[in-house]
Amino acid sequence: MPNNKKPPITEAWRGITFTRRALVVGAGQAAVGVALAARMTYISVVDNDRYVLESESNRVNLTLIPPRRGWIVDRNGTALANNRVSLRIDLIPDRLHNREMVLGQLQTLLRLDGDTMERINRDLKAASGYQPVAVKEDMTEAEYSSILVRLPELPGVAPQRGFARNYPTGAAVGHLIGYVGAPNAEEYQKAKDPLYITPGYKIGKDGLEKYFQEMLKGKPGARRVEVTARGKVVRDLDTQPDVQGKTVHLTIDAGLQEYVARRMGRESGAAVVIDCHNGDILAFVSMPSFDPNSFSDGISNSEYAWLRADDHQPLINKATRGLYPPGSTLKPMAAIAAVEHGVDPSERHTCIGGYRLGSRFFRCLGTHGSIDMPTAIEKSCNSYFYWLAHRLGYDAMAPTARLLGLGEEFRLAGSNQRYGTIPDSAWKLRKYDREWSASDSLNAVIGQGYVSVNPLQLAVMTARIASGRRLYPRLVNRQFENEALPFSPEALAVARAGMDRVVNGAGTAVRSRLPLDGITMAGKTGTAQVRGLASGSRGQGGAWKYRDHGLFVGFAPVENPRYATGIVIEHGMGGSRAAAPVARDFMTYLFDREKGMEALETLESGWGGTISERMERDYAAWKAGASSDPDPGVPQ
Amino acid sequence: MIPVPPAIQRIPWKLIAILCGITGFGLLVLYSAAGGNWSPWAWQQGVRFLVFLGGALILGRLPLRIFEDFSYLAYIGVLILLLAVELLGFVGGGSQRWLNLGFMNLQPSELMKVTIVVALARFYAQLPPASTRTVTALWPALVMIGLPAALVMLQPDLGTALSICIGGVIVMFVAGLPFWWFGGAAIAGLAALPILFSMLHDYQQRRVLIFLDPESDPLGAGYHISQSKIAIGSGGIGGKGFLNGSQSHLDYLPEGHTDFIFATMAEEWGLIGGLALLFGFFLLLRWSTRVALKARTRFGQLAAAGLTMTIFFYIAVNLMMVMGLAPVVGIPLPLFSYGGSSMLTIMTCIGIILAIENDSKTGARRFH
Repeated sequence: MPNNKKPPITEAWRGITFTRRALVVGAGQAAVGVALAARMTYISVVDNDRYVLESESNRVNLTLIPPRRGWIVDRNGTALANNRVSLRIDLIPDRLHNREMVLGQLQTLLRLDGDTMERINRDLKAASGYQPVAVKEDMTEAEYSSILVRLPELPGVAPQRGFARNYPTGAAVGHLIGYVGAPNAEEYQKAKDPLYITPGYKIGKDGLEKYFQEMLKGKPGARRVEVTARGKVVRDLDTQPDVQGKTVHLTIDAGLQEYVARRMGRESGAAVVIDCHNGDILAFVSMPSFDPNSFSDGISNSEYAWLRADDHQPLINKATRGLYPPGSTLKPMAAIAAVEHGVDPSERHTCIGGYRLGSRFFRCLGTHGSIDMPTAIEKSCNSYFYWLAHRLGYDAMAPTARLLGLGEEFRLAGSNQRYGTIPDSAWKLRKYDREWSASDSLNAVIGQGYVSVNPLQLAVMTARIASGRRLYPRLVNRQFENEALPFSPEALAVARAGMDRVVNGAGTAVRSRLPLDGITMAGKTGTAQVRGLASGSRGQGGAWKYRDHGLFVGFAPVENPRYATGIVIEHGMGGSRAAAPVARDFMTYLFDREKGMEALETLESGWGGTISERMERDYAAWKAGASSDPDPGVPQ
Repeated sequence: MIPVPPAIQRIPWKLIAILCGITGFGLLVLYSAAGGNWSPWAWQQGVRFLVFLGGALILGRLPLRIFEDFSYLAYIGVLILLLAVELLGFVGGGSQRWLNLGFMNLQPSELMKVTIVVALARFYAQLPPASTRTVTALWPALVMIGLPAALVMLQPDLGTALSICIGGVIVMFVAGLPFWWFGGAAIAGLAALPILFSMLHDYQQRRVLIFLDPESDPLGAGYHISQSKIAIGSGGIGGKGFLNGSQSHLDYLPEGHTDFIFATMAEEWGLIGGLALLFGFFLLLRWSTRVALKARTRFGQLAAAGLTMTIFFYIAVNLMMVMGLAPVVGIPLPLFSYGGSSMLTIMTCIGIILAIENDSKTGARRFH
């Protein structure tokens, strides 16, 4: 594009062009300068708030102080779970200048084993500049002060008085309360809460501790510090104290809870005690148990292996997770069902030592002769109830059983229930695709066959029979309707009278009469077979795991019932022999604490001390045995 | 009125005041960046400034003729140094920009920023006016710019290469080359951007990408820009106060005493400090632009305009970088950032411009 009007290029023209272009360049530079000023104004004025915030979040680092966990107390305010001072030391990686020296010193002073050292080294590697790493918790005063005096030579070591969970009654509340523990990686991923990776912070892992986690956890305190980009602490800014978690009030009676747990002795079993006025659970025991203190402090592998290896299954909560054939303890229920279906309780049936059904003969434990309904309960006569079951069919009884809480899953805080079976013809058809037979009814009425219940249900059933109301078990102050049961007073009276005579007449539990003036207990024993009848063995001896279960349900006082209970002693060989005496003693304790304790202390001296003493001894013995066995887990 | 002796009158007091103002402010910031200490940066920078200022004043007293005469020689010398650096770097492995002279590390690419301007100024001063719109005016200049720029790109140092190009191109522009050549080159350059981008090193590409979206990598390479903006933004209007900048004192701001010193300053002195500094630079550039406009010789005009641009380019790119308007290219803020090489370059520029000013005061103007 040639331009013909171009002026001739002279020096003068060049000078003018230079001036013009230099001014253009200068103007361009000025424009950039103005743009820069505008940009800076924008960043520092318009966006100022945002950047001030970002600058602060750079500068200030928040250290969380784990909150003290709320207490769990019984109905009288006695602590079942509280906090004790825990002396601990942590390492602050950023302040740890001479790591080898400090770790070596700590190892010597605190006698840390190889596993611990490995864990500390691993944690140190993973920790960012100044996230503390736990070295040891629950130190003794001596250990703690041995670190304190050497603190100037141990840069990076941070001693701290924290809190740890404490269960004063130990194993007695293991299954009831559960335990706490340090959150694992999955729980941290789920919660995304930085508190979860703060050393010393524990969350509820099982039982009520887990169920009431939100209530118990409290609010963490915070320490604000100024840190450099590399996480080095420059100075403390301020500290906000933690807020302790709320207290959980239980319906449990701490004294009774511990008493029942201790009274179970060396047996394996469960017992539940319920207040007949409102359904409050006063004791909720499954034994043997674990010590929740051990779990909360981080249980050792060998202690856990010991608990798992025990054939008495201390890790299973038998009160709600144990299912047992209830045996004769369901006879009062059957009596109520029969009266409701028009059977006259005074009508007699003659026990000839059994009952003939077609070609089969169902045996009774005795030959009771001509008896009425209360006497049949008193004597636990199978023949009488076979006769009722044959006449009415179990479909007539199953609804009554369910009204009394059998086969029911309760809304109970922190429990994980297996609720068993109350069978009927529809259930059998559904489950096995077979018709219900008369012999099924006969087996079910004596609490064998398809019937299975848990100890909590037994206690609820008894409380409902005793109160005549539909009580629901509760551990916290939760409101239930507790309406009256649709049974005639006559039906309930027959069941109660029969149960009265079991203990106070000439029944199966006369040896468990309460040693008190004017207060009597009513009850019903049960003996449930572990092996089928066909095996021929009566389950009264031989190997422990083939012995019969002993069961007992009862309430006291007989007039105006206040306390109801259900007890199962696994392989206890009989309700009157194993279960009823336990009920006798803790009922005695409820009305006369001194007298109850006397009986217990006599027994315990025979068993070899309190629960914790026995557990310690057993654990030591097991460890000695296990250590001689090179590979205890795998059968050779 | 006391008569001021001519020897004192001839000293450029106003310029010295501007330079001292900017550098003095920089020393305060360096003092703060060291956590309230004159060492290790502030005192060394101060001493260096005084030495270079003296050097610049001496340069300013030299006859302009000398610069013109030695311009090609200096250009060839620095080009050889650049080559030497490239070869040594090849031997040493990795990116090498320095020649160790014993008492200081010399960065030849810094010297090239000045020599390219002076050499091109001489070229256009000698060019017959009639050839201004011919190819004769173009290709030697392109070769002179292209050689050092390519060598510097090989180091690799994108910022300095750009600076060399800009200085040279501005001289070509004010020399009167046809306007549309620049427009066409700009359009061609824009079109070639993707190709140029693909020729960049990985880390340079990453810097450019992160510049376009700094939040995409706040802890990696975008960290510089993010933290710099936080520092400037959190300073607000009045700043956090002298010695109170948390971003720089707690090490969140990287390179807080060199490339990102403006952010260090802005955090403590706020917008007011930033505008004051910009005003200082404005005064400096206004002085040098005036020198260019009043220059007696064509060489003086072109050299002063080109050197002004070189100084300006430092300032603009550095400030754009710290404010998140340009990718992170390692260009320091003149007179402000800690460092000898850039101060040497700037003070050399100022010394030459001073010589041009003195030249225009002594003789009669050849043009106008």
